[in-house]
Amino acid sequence: MFGKLSLSAIPFNEPIIMGTLLMVSLAGALLLGWVTYQRKWGYLWSEWFTTVDHKRIGVMYIIMALLMLLRGFADAIMMRSQQAIASADAAGYLPPHHYDQIFTAHGDIMIFFMAMPFITGLMNLVVPLQIGARDVAYPFLNSLSYWLTAGGVVLIMLSMFIGDFAATGWLAYPPLSELKFSPTVGVDYYIWALQLSGLGTTLSGINFIVTILRMRTPGMTLMKMPVFTWTALVTNILIVAAFPVLTVSLALLAADRYLDMHFFTNELGGNAMLYVNLIWIWGHPEVYILVLPCFGAYSEIIATFSGKPLFGYKSMVYATAGIGVLSFIVWLHHFFTMGSGADVNAFFGISTMIISIPTGAKIFNWLFTMYRGRIRFTVPVLWTVGFMVTFVIGGMTGVMLAVPGADFVLHNSVFLIAHFHNVIIGGVVFGCLAAMNYWFPKAFGFKLEERFGRYSFWCWLVGFWLAFAPLYILGFKGMTRRMNHYANPDWQPFLVVALIGAVVIMAGIGFTLLQLVVSVRNRAQNRDLTGDPWGARTLEWSTSSPPPFYNFAVLPKVEELDQFWADKEHKRAYPRHAHYADIHMPRNTGVGVFMGAFGTVLGFAMVWHIWWLAVAGLVGMLASFIVRAYDTDVDYYVPGAEVEKIERARLVPLHKLIENVDPASAGQKVA
Amino acid sequence: MRVVSPRHLPISPPEESFVNKRSLVSALRWSCAGLAVFLGGCNLEVLSPKGDVGMQEKSLLLITTGLMLLVVIPVIVLILLFAWRYRASNTKATYAPKWSHSTAIEAVVWTIPCIIIAVLATITWTSTHALDPYKPLASKAKPITIQAVAMDWKWLFIYPDYGVASVNELAMPTNVPVHFEITSDSVMNAFFIPQLGSQIYAMAGMDTQLNLIANEPGHYAGLSSNYSGQGFSDMHFTAIATSQQGFADWINKAKASAVNLDDQAYHALAQPSEKVPVAYYANVKPGMFNSVINQYMGDMSMSRLGTPSPAQASAIPSHNDHAKAAE
Repeated sequence: MFGKLSLSAIPFNEPIIMGTLLMVSLAGALLLGWVTYQRKWGYLWSEWFTTVDHKRIGVMYIIMALLMLLRGFADAIMMRSQQAIASADAAGYLPPHHYDQIFTAHGDIMIFFMAMPFITGLMNLVVPLQIGARDVAYPFLNSLSYWLTAGGVVLIMLSMFIGDFAATGWLAYPPLSELKFSPTVGVDYYIWALQLSGLGTTLSGINFIVTILRMRTPGMTLMKMPVFTWTALVTNILIVAAFPVLTVSLALLAADRYLDMHFFTNELGGNAMLYVNLIWIWGHPEVYILVLPCFGAYSEIIATFSGKPLFGYKSMVYATAGIGVLSFIVWLHHFFTMGSGADVNAFFGISTMIISIPTGAKIFNWLFTMYRGRIRFTVPVLWTVGFMVTFVIGGMTGVMLAVPGADFVLHNSVFLIAHFHNVIIGGVVFGCLAAMNYWFPKAFGFKLEERFGRYSFWCWLVGFWLAFAPLYILGFKGMTRRMNHYANPDWQPFLVVALIGAVVIMAGIGFTLLQLVVSVRNRAQNRDLTGDPWGARTLEWSTSSPPPFYNFAVLPKVEELDQFWADKEHKRAYPRHAHYADIHMPRNTGVGVFMGAFGTVLGFAMVWHIWWLAVAGLVGMLASFIVRAYDTDVDYYVPGAEVEKIERARLVPLHKLIENVDPASAGQKVA
Repeated sequence: MRVVSPRHLPISPPEESFVNKRSLVSALRWSCAGLAVFLGGCNLEVLSPKGDVGMQEKSLLLITTGLMLLVVIPVIVLILLFAWRYRASNTKATYAPKWSHSTAIEAVVWTIPCIIIAVLATITWTSTHALDPYKPLASKAKPITIQAVAMDWKWLFIYPDYGVASVNELAMPTNVPVHFEITSDSVMNAFFIPQLGSQIYAMAGMDTQLNLIANEPGHYAGLSSNYSGQGFSDMHFTAIATSQQGFADWINKAKASAVNLDDQAYHALAQPSEKVPVAYYANVKPGMFNSVINQYMGDMSMSRLGTPSPAQASAIPSHNDHAKAAE
């Protein structure tokens, strides 16, 4: 009846897990109780869970990312403290079985459920506004993508309390991840959590490609698109090209585990290196999927706050596209030590370092955007400058690893760990937090408080270097990754420093949360009535903050790259129209929620081999979809009179505010 | 400070080494030396190699790092300089609110990385071929062969020429190239002795090769550098580099062992175990390493490689046994 599931699946004998379960249950119960007490369920359901508004879906993605950042970081600090004490073969406090799940979960959560949702959230929030669209091309699909990703989150969180998670490393290399060597449900949780969220990601990739290619406002040619949208376009092309490879790799692994097939087993001609190749054909583009939109965010930020157009827009676009293409021919640098020949290794080493040419050009372009600018050191700029300095070091260590001969002594060492945290924290996390500080006022109509934002930045920057500089050094001392304990006591001082670094990063995360809380509390003081709090350049700032649900009452006409800036210069930025047409909008729907929920049931049932429940989940998903397919009431028109009312309420006071204000400083003076 | 010294490489003649452009080396010496001083403060095993392969890899690391620092340091300085100079409060600095293009600057910022990468790519091509782990090392001494088998969770080293084997300890004479043949009995691992140089994966059903040499006697830490499950952290071994006499003594010690490595002993050893103490085996069954590789080939290997003895067929786990175990 319940497949492999029984009460013994709950790890009652593990105090750390049970304590966590208790805390999570308590916090969850409190939250649910509070929502019930406030009678907010109806509001949450109709305004948020069932929304197809890209802005709200974006906000939900980012909330998901911040929550999963906490989970992933909890894993991180447990690993750091284990390694700080498990010297000279001391056991530490985490037995291997638990520790191995933690480092696996840390990687998977940070990549799939922190970084990806953050990026997707930012693209959701910003891209349609930047291109003057009223929503994404497929609003329902967007909601579905979100809820599929949420299903993945539910599965990976459940794995902590019911059963276990994969203890294989974040990519679950076979043969270790095969049934023979990982007989528990951990790898199955891994497979189904990633399949669900991966499906969501692929669908949202398709959605954004169509949105960007088909829904730009009149006059916005490709080469007049804001650079963030360009990076989003390339990222989504990479998603659509790469994620199916992940889906297939995991499906083949699932076939091995469920159907006794032999794609990657040792036996019957299976070959684990096939999986390793496949997973990295997805995995390397994945890191560019993450970092390219961050490059886009930095570009917008540095141009806005330098009070200048982005230097070398065209070369930035070509560099982005070039990185996108090159990212598909470098995957083998993740395993030079497989034993391939010198020609193959040299090819992949050189193709890898060629990527540093467009990346280097980007750094120079940001540099020359600052040149002869008037840089306002807001929180987003701090993150951007911190990124530039940190990232060039990460790029350098990356090229070191790209030289096969050097990689032969650095591969899989903690030097590698330091390198990819250098580029992922320094590039992606800094980028996401920069972008969050930059676009928050657009989403909510008030700015984030600066002081705690600065504290957060400095803690992250200092904490990052404290945590990872020792790992760079330990890599040279021959320390390999994923060790539960170690014999060499020389390593311990470095690992203690790394732990201190992690604690400093924890303070950084704390300050970010504090910044959010304080900003919400003091929102009246930080309110922005213009919609353009920073004196920015692109279209998303021309509408109100938060934007009306239809984004633009009248689609803006684009003739220049920084159209909004030009409009402000010519004092035509906030046009009042005599007549507003009716606006065609999509209706909210709960089908995405249901499909995500049925998908989660399907995944859970597959993990535990509860076949009847799996069938129920699958049928539920398909039935929801069919119901949706036959629903003809999916859209409506906002009457022009209502649009006019909303616009007038904004524009009349706004025009009084901005009269005779210089566009460059409009934001500062008005806000 | 002699950081890069082709003269000191006793095995590879200079023209074979990738470090053949002395002018480049001297141009980079200062930056490399600076890095070496900084990193020399703490004892860094990878940067104090005891064998020729490791020496070349260390030079490669320092050269590539030095080359990149030529760009990285000025860029970091410029970032901080521009950020400071063009801060909004510094109204004395020039402000060019429309300036966003300069063909000259664009040309420079694309050319500089191109040049650096062109040089790096050349170094990469030559060094990757020079340091190909499969390439035999040039030496007058006749190489010895060690067959390494990664097991859950220990290392078995077979000396086919001497008929002995050991667990979690290997010995090699100094200044003699060692040809490693590497495989795995179960999951993937990687064979790595940081102070001697290159690592390479150990994969079941396949063999990889690695050529190393120790030029100084000593006890060097060896480990698996690819996570392989529960007992992975204790999967380390000692690599003893010693004189010819010391090596002969070590072989004799192994030969004196009361235990033989036959199919039965192998099967017992292959069971998962952790923190396995050093052990020696005399009389290794000939062809042991190949049968480890072929154990997963089932009937396919039997026909190609000859029918195994009945003892082998029963002792070496076949695919069907695993299928049963998995159930």
